[in-house]
Amino acid sequence: MSKLPVLILGARSDMARAVAHKFAALGHPIQLAARNAESMQADRMDMELRYRVPISLHEFDVLDTAHHGDFVAALPDLPGIAVCAVGIMGEQAVNEKDRAAASLVMRSNYEGPASILAELANRFDASGRGTLVGISSVAGERGRATNYVYGSAKAGFTAFLSGLRNRLAKRGVHVVTVLPGFVATRMTEGMDLPARLTAQPEEVAEAIAKAVERGRDVVYVRPIWRLVMLIIRSIPERIFKKLKL
Amino acid sequence: MKQSGWGRFPVIEAQVFRPRTETELAALLDRHKSVIARGNGRAYGDSAINRTATLQTSHFDKLIAFDTGTGQVVAEAGVLLGDLIAAFLPQGWFPLVTPGTKFVTIGGAIAADVHGKNHHKDGSFRACVDWIDVMGPDGKVTRCSRDENAVLFDHTLGGMGLTGIILRAAIRLRPVESGWIRQTTIPAPNLQAAMAAFEAEKDATYSVAWIDCLAEGEGLGRSLVMLGEHATRQDLAPAQRTQPFQTKRPPRRRVPIDLPAFTLNRLSVRAFNTLYYRAGERKSGEQIVDWDRYFYPLDAILDWNRIYGRKGFAQFQCVLPLDRAETGLSSLLRTIAEAGSASFLAVLKRFGPQDSPFSFPMEGYTLALDFPVTAKTLALLDRLDRITLYHGGRFYLAKDSRMRAETLRAADPRVASFKQARTDLGTTRRFVSTQAERLEL
Ligand SMILES: Cc1cc2nc3c(=O)[nH]c(=O)nc-3n(C[C@H](O)[C@H](O)[C@H](O)COP(=O)(O)OP(=O)(O)OC[C@H]3O[C@@H](n4cnc5c(N)ncnc54)[C@H](O)[C@@H]3O)c2cc1C
Ligand SMILES: NC(=O)c1ccc[n+]([C@@H]2O[C@H](COP(=O)([O-])OP(=O)(O)OC[C@H]3O[C@@H](n4cnc5c(N)ncnc54)[C@H](OP(=O)(O)O)[C@@H]3O)[C@@H](O)[C@H]2O)c1
Repeated sequence: MSKLPVLILGARSDMARAVAHKFAALGHPIQLAARNAESMQADRMDMELRYRVPISLHEFDVLDTAHHGDFVAALPDLPGIAVCAVGIMGEQAVNEKDRAAASLVMRSNYEGPASILAELANRFDASGRGTLVGISSVAGERGRATNYVYGSAKAGFTAFLSGLRNRLAKRGVHVVTVLPGFVATRMTEGMDLPARLTAQPEEVAEAIAKAVERGRDVVYVRPIWRLVMLIIRSIPERIFKKLKL
Repeated sequence: MKQSGWGRFPVIEAQVFRPRTETELAALLDRHKSVIARGNGRAYGDSAINRTATLQTSHFDKLIAFDTGTGQVVAEAGVLLGDLIAAFLPQGWFPLVTPGTKFVTIGGAIAADVHGKNHHKDGSFRACVDWIDVMGPDGKVTRCSRDENAVLFDHTLGGMGLTGIILRAAIRLRPVESGWIRQTTIPAPNLQAAMAAFEAEKDATYSVAWIDCLAEGEGLGRSLVMLGEHATRQDLAPAQRTQPFQTKRPPRRRVPIDLPAFTLNRLSVRAFNTLYYRAGERKSGEQIVDWDRYFYPLDAILDWNRIYGRKGFAQFQCVLPLDRAETGLSSLLRTIAEAGSASFLAVLKRFGPQDSPFSFPMEGYTLALDFPVTAKTLALLDRLDRITLYHGGRFYLAKDSRMRAETLRAADPRVASFKQARTDLGTTRRFVSTQAERLEL
């Protein structure tokens, strides 16, 4: 039985590539969707040689919401699984002052990803199957002074995913929310992250594949993050507002 | 960032970069007085450390092409041998030459010109390399092979990263019929018997011996000589024949001695003895083992290098020319046994002829063993150096972490010509490891 294709949105991200490798190794054809997709030829070749599954490249801009319908329609096959890894962090200091920058962060982490997943959700709904995976962030669990613009967009995305899951649960379509803690990727390169709290992209990929297979709803990659976020969420606001986090 | 090799000694504060593209790599080269490439850090000492700029190749991890007819694979230098096996063994191909761990990069295998258990038959890693692309001191990339830019090719193979940064390579794999190895174990009561077994079994594709370093007197060099052949389909049980490359079995059957435990010095003497007597009883006991257990028993225990504790450990590996091998090895083994508790097991291997500008192997016998780093063992290592020198042997830089420049110069007349080649290529001040500084390369 041939496996259904997996669509990877934001495919150039380190996390996304690890996810692509993981599903390709499991025998799924892979659709890599990214801006400037042509520049991913080397990845395509590498994955085809390693896993001997078809890999295709698709031009995709998450901000181009007007064309998300066309984008999905143009895919060679409707994927069985779609993973959205698109996101930008921006710089909080800039985002506080520059509303255009803040808006870009909000649209790239929330509006755009929600738009493409909505499009896919409706098609999955119509076909009565499929899994949607959204990579959101623990930053969306509670707004903090140091990254609330990014965090708020992720919060919106997390809520969107939860609602989508609720809507589609009875329709045979599964939605997975991924809340990775720190992950060693291009986004965090050069940051001084605590090793115990920092996952490798391959761990995220492993967690996602497992969540898809077992029908998990919300996954934190390293279990310790569940605890960390439980604590962070339970601090009373009047104390929280004075903390430096 | 603290850096060390696999032996966790020495530990050096160094700046590490992980460039993603050739352009980024060239920019790093341009920005720093000197750099060194680092693969997967499996060399034991400080071969892959430069204080100002250690350039890790982990993002250069793509397969580029594969020729299913010839088994030639083109890949970026950071691809691991284990990746090649994962990708191509299911299609019937295996690395022609492999060291004792699959967690080495292609770049590292080329730079150290590594050897496997088949050196006597197939030569060093060089034998499978068709061409390489090397980034030189000016950021320019040169393709080289035996026929094209041969000086750069010859000195990069075995050049320990000191001639430039390998970006890509075309290497040839060997066709195999299965993922299984037919292993034969021969007990040898002493060194002479072990060497006689190697000489008698020169046709075996793979051969290696484990020596019990605690045996003295009559039993000096008591060992297990292990031979191996790639199993053909015919060699396999009918159930395996249908999926000859499928070696991952559900829960292992009762294996009284796990090789990894056996190879870990401290735990291993009893295991060695048990295996020794069992092999003796069964006469030349033949076994079919999967490729992973056969070639990479230590890989099953991730981070086994930590068992030696914080101070780390040092490897000693030398090769002695054929005519001096027996006396030289006896002398080395006696010295080790007398020193007592330092090292319990050593690995012995017969090398075939090789005559490269700076690669380690030459025809003779190579002995490798590791020691926890203490003042006492460091002194012992100096003694082993002197014995090796006396018998006309030389040392493996991929294992070295403490040798002196004089020792290397005395052991290896090729140092001068290698340095000259480095001067000619303009790499002397640009590609520098802390090992190269210590050894004045
Ligand atoms: C358990 C174990 C068993 C081993 N068994 C064997 C064995 O049987 N036979 C054997 O020969 N060796 C053996 N080795 C040693 C190992 O094969 C070599 O040290 C090899 O070079 C390690 O590769 P690496 O990718 O980890 O390179 P590193 O350790 O990172 O670097 C090693 C050298 O290669 C250079 N280098 C790495 N990448 C590049 C590049 N892209 N361009 C230029 N230079 C580069 C570095 O500068 C350095 O000098 C063993 C090591 C271990 C840990
Ligand atoms: N790294 C972490 O610690 C961490 C923690 C929690 C959550 N996350 C989330 O994990 C996801 C993956 O991130 P990462 O860490 O792998 O970082 P990354 O490499 O920066 O990945 C983000 C990806 O989003 C893509 N992207 C941005 N804007 C886009 C647009 N308009 N259209 C299409 N693609 C766009 C980028 O594409 P280009 O390559 O074209 O720029 C990039 O590949 C992100 O959603 C991130 O927010 C990361």
